[in-house]
Amino acid sequence: MGSIVVQHLGKAYKQYPTRWSRLAEWLTPFLGPRHGLKWILQDISFHVAPGEAVGLIGINGAGKSTLLKLITGTTQPTTGGVHIEGRVAALLELGMGFHPDFTGRQNVYMAGQLLGMSADEITALMPEIEAFAEIGDYMDQPVRVYSSGMQMRVAFSVATARRPDVLIVDEALSVGDTYFQHKSFDRIRRFRNQGTTLLIVSHDKQAIQSVCDRAILLDGGRLARSGNPEEIMDYYNALIAERENQNVQQNALDSGKVQTISGTGEARVADIALFDESGARAEVVDVGSDCVLQVTVRVHAPIPRMVLGYMIKDRLGQPMYGTNTHLKELPLQDVAPGEDITYRFRFPMNLGPGTYSVATAIVSTDTHLVNNYEWRDLALVFTVMNMRRPHFEGSAWLDPQIEIARP
Amino acid sequence: MGMMQALWSYRGFVLGSVRREFQAKYRNTMLGAAWAILSPLAMIVVYTMIFSQVMKSKLPGDASQYGYSIYLCAGILTWGLFAEILTRAQGMFLENANLLKKVSFPRICLPVIVVLNALNNFAIIFGLFTVFLLLSGQFPGAVFALLVPVIGVMVLLAVGLGLVLGVLNVFFRDVGQFFMIFLQFWFWLTPIVYPTSIVPEEVRAALAMNPLAGPVQACQDILVSGKTPDWGALWPATALAILLCLLGLYLFRRRAGEMVDEL
Repeated sequence: MGSIVVQHLGKAYKQYPTRWSRLAEWLTPFLGPRHGLKWILQDISFHVAPGEAVGLIGINGAGKSTLLKLITGTTQPTTGGVHIEGRVAALLELGMGFHPDFTGRQNVYMAGQLLGMSADEITALMPEIEAFAEIGDYMDQPVRVYSSGMQMRVAFSVATARRPDVLIVDEALSVGDTYFQHKSFDRIRRFRNQGTTLLIVSHDKQAIQSVCDRAILLDGGRLARSGNPEEIMDYYNALIAERENQNVQQNALDSGKVQTISGTGEARVADIALFDESGARAEVVDVGSDCVLQVTVRVHAPIPRMVLGYMIKDRLGQPMYGTNTHLKELPLQDVAPGEDITYRFRFPMNLGPGTYSVATAIVSTDTHLVNNYEWRDLALVFTVMNMRRPHFEGSAWLDPQIEIARP
Repeated sequence: MGMMQALWSYRGFVLGSVRREFQAKYRNTMLGAAWAILSPLAMIVVYTMIFSQVMKSKLPGDASQYGYSIYLCAGILTWGLFAEILTRAQGMFLENANLLKKVSFPRICLPVIVVLNALNNFAIIFGLFTVFLLLSGQFPGAVFALLVPVIGVMVLLAVGLGLVLGVLNVFFRDVGQFFMIFLQFWFWLTPIVYPTSIVPEEVRAALAMNPLAGPVQACQDILVSGKTPDWGALWPATALAILLCLLGLYLFRRRAGEMVDEL
């Protein structure tokens, strides 16, 4: 079983004032260092237990790739250390070391040997690799005639031919066609179910939330937060908005979940409630029943154009449905401080049984990245129960009319 | 020790890389591996036939027809091995920058691949030369086997120096540029094309300072006159080779991590 222990890890690059200073430093070591340090990562400590799946998130330049390189041993840490148990496979740069003039098959040997496999092992795995890559006769063509997607298929198939104890993935999965993306993601999920420890970098919220037990947020080369993926993704989204000097606040709710509220505060959600068919405030509603989501917004400062959006998410934080008054072409112009504006969204609750949450956003266009007046995760939590219908599976209510023809 | 173990477990990669580099050169040619024989063959023919038959060059004090040709080949082929290891080794980390930055594998594989590749090329050309010696009746006999330790010393010297230069070249790119110039002078300051006997006395002492002179002259002694080489003359080269190998390994171990940051 594989595990990763990262302790007080730090990485700095040496910066010399001139090209000659390094020579001077090497030749006269007793005169002390002549370089400055540029810290990329500082004091990172975390532990990935055997069989655990951890997602690593952060904006570009936060140090994610550097951290992965340190963990895989490509670069040496400046401080601290990494201890990995078990056989590691890293999907960092797929197709590294492919030679364009050699056939796919020959390159499979090369790539496998670079991973430390012997020729015999690769020969034994070859049928499996060919079957997974699904590139047919191209396997015996030189790689220079491959499309980039085909190269990536072969590279992925080799890199994951054996189930590793620890798998490290760096957004490599965003290449290739949708079909192969699904296929490769399935393989990662299967490895995970078989006990592989997973460390995955992605900006894809869905990917992180659907496979990871935990997420780690890197910000400015430091470990900003670690916790359950939903909470961290919410915080991350809020952090993107915070780049414009907004404050982010997280509150622990009674349910044990963490609510994230961010924004500049010109308007806030004062009240939010769900009403059932009888018009009563409800926390539990029936599948398929007509409901009204009522949101009251209090305005604190003048806003030229105000848009309210909401998103219904399932228990894992996966979006079920979201819209806003910009998309619905109902933005409000020139709202004044002191106004209380009430929105009523009427819709049939075509969701399957389960617990759902509502996130709200008060913005000026259709994204929270331009003006984020308030972004509130977990503004409301409600439960959908199946009270009147025959049992069904899933999180959507897609009740069919059934016709059966029988000769 | 850990280095040796890592190297052993990556032997597939090392051997695969050597094979691939050899194949890559002749890939997409119609004659394929035949070129691997043809170009060294052309070289041997030039050195042997042209110098002996056309230019009728003679070694001083040696009236035989092929004397100078054999003298020239003995020096130039072994120098070729030495220079190939050096030039490849000093650039090996820079050329493989992408691989080093992105894949985690034992870095010590790279110099080993360089040496094996060079030995491979040397084996072909020296094999052809040996065939020429046999055909022309100039084969020196059992003493030929003594080439193994002599060439071993040259390889060790090249590896040590190459490793030092390879590491330095990553941090100070001027090293590579400078060394290519230096190598030209080194060639002419080594008795390869000319015998030491034609050099004025005063200069001879200076030439003897050249650590490569000993091994090259040993090869010439063995191949031209079938003499057991003067082992004493090999000591400076051997000592320097061991020293450079130790220095190279020390630099390599100490700077291998920092190297990746510089690439």
